[in-house]
Amino acid sequence: MEIEIIVNGKNKKFDVKPNTLLLNLLREDLHLTGSKYGCGIGECGACTVHLEGEAVLGCMVLAIDAEGKRVDTIEGVADGDKLDPVQEAYIEEGAIQCGFCTPGFVMTTKALLKENPDPSEDEIREYLKGNYCRCTGYVNIVRAVQAAAKKTKS
Amino acid sequence: MSINKVNTHIIPIDFQYHAPSSLDEAVKLLEEYGNDAKILAGGTDLIPHMKQRKVETKHIINIKKISGLESIVETEKGVEIGAITKLRTIELSPLIKEKLPLLHEAAKSVGSVQIRNLATVGGNLCNASPSADMATPLLALDTVVHVYGREGKKDYNLEEFFHGRGEVKLAPGELLTGMTVPYAPKGAGMAFEKIGWTTFDIATVNVAAVMTLRDGKIDHCRVTLGACSPAPTRVYQAETILRGEEPTSKVFDEAVYLIAACVEPRERWRRAPPEYRRKSSQALAIDAFTRAVEQARRLA
Repeated sequence: MEIEIIVNGKNKKFDVKPNTLLLNLLREDLHLTGSKYGCGIGECGACTVHLEGEAVLGCMVLAIDAEGKRVDTIEGVADGDKLDPVQEAYIEEGAIQCGFCTPGFVMTTKALLKENPDPSEDEIREYLKGNYCRCTGYVNIVRAVQAAAKKTKS
Repeated sequence: MSINKVNTHIIPIDFQYHAPSSLDEAVKLLEEYGNDAKILAGGTDLIPHMKQRKVETKHIINIKKISGLESIVETEKGVEIGAITKLRTIELSPLIKEKLPLLHEAAKSVGSVQIRNLATVGGNLCNASPSADMATPLLALDTVVHVYGREGKKDYNLEEFFHGRGEVKLAPGELLTGMTVPYAPKGAGMAFEKIGWTTFDIATVNVAAVMTLRDGKIDHCRVTLGACSPAPTRVYQAETILRGEEPTSKVFDEAVYLIAACVEPRERWRRAPPEYRRKSSQALAIDAFTRAVEQARRLA
């Protein structure tokens, strides 16, 4: 079935089978491999992308269901070589170890800061509840989100 | 745990995809394909089930293209909520927060933000999972659900809508279009309590309570229990004990004893054994009663 999706601001045409998942389309057809396949059942958040500006799980959405919609991935976050303040903050605060979960965390953080530019620690932990990190723990990640909030405001 | 038994990275079966743009078109498709078709709304249960081959369906009917099913509207009778309204929309709705804070609490307790941005309230009910976190509070609020089929619209009390384990009262060719949640009586306090394996797990036990006080005594009273029997249950016996009494811990203890008695053990309860559910349903109910009464006192 022919569909069109706006990926990171660009119109893209695809011929998909109905059982194609959005995440597989992004990774395999567009080679946007930043969004990761983790658990596949909605627990880890590694596949988080924005659908019409909202954080959702790419592994839980049929590609065909995203028809005509705006999809934003980690690859669209930086402006060329210039990193987004959220990405800078994650690096500066050492909120990354193996990096597998990081694209998901960055996308969820972007959604959080758009809704709530100055979140408390509790609000950050609550919002990021659906993203798992198995290396660093969450202390540095919370710090990174706080630093990103400061950067975004100034 | 069965997470790694299957490859959850793909949907292994092929199916035909339909996206009707009207209710009548959806009904026609549902009638034509019958048991070979599944309705897709948020997909947060259906898609993992399809990956794990728990559901192998030939036809998927996406109802998200039907207009008018996603809304939260204030009416005289109560709040009308469309079937494909997302849990995140319910959580963030100022109207829900003000008039039906119980639904705000319950919606917020489900999964993660990413899940709630997809999952719909209608899907939560139609899965007929005994642990559905929206079902318990909606039952405590005397919700009426709206069903559409070839013969037109039908209404059911939520209690009769739940048929038993895994089943709702939808005849072939029918679908849920929305629900009316009546406003709770003036001055009602309401609370939702839940326990799961992790903070974003589905409930092992959940409890909802709605109460008003008159002259210091419990007047209007609704108590519902989830995840402990084939369908979410209204605990009439506990309501009878509480109604007309002063909210003391002695009365609460008597009532929660009857709540624990509603736990109907199932052979394969993976999440927790019956005794755990009995004990935690009592503890959660006491917390829910206490919070509901405190709120009712503040509002009085």
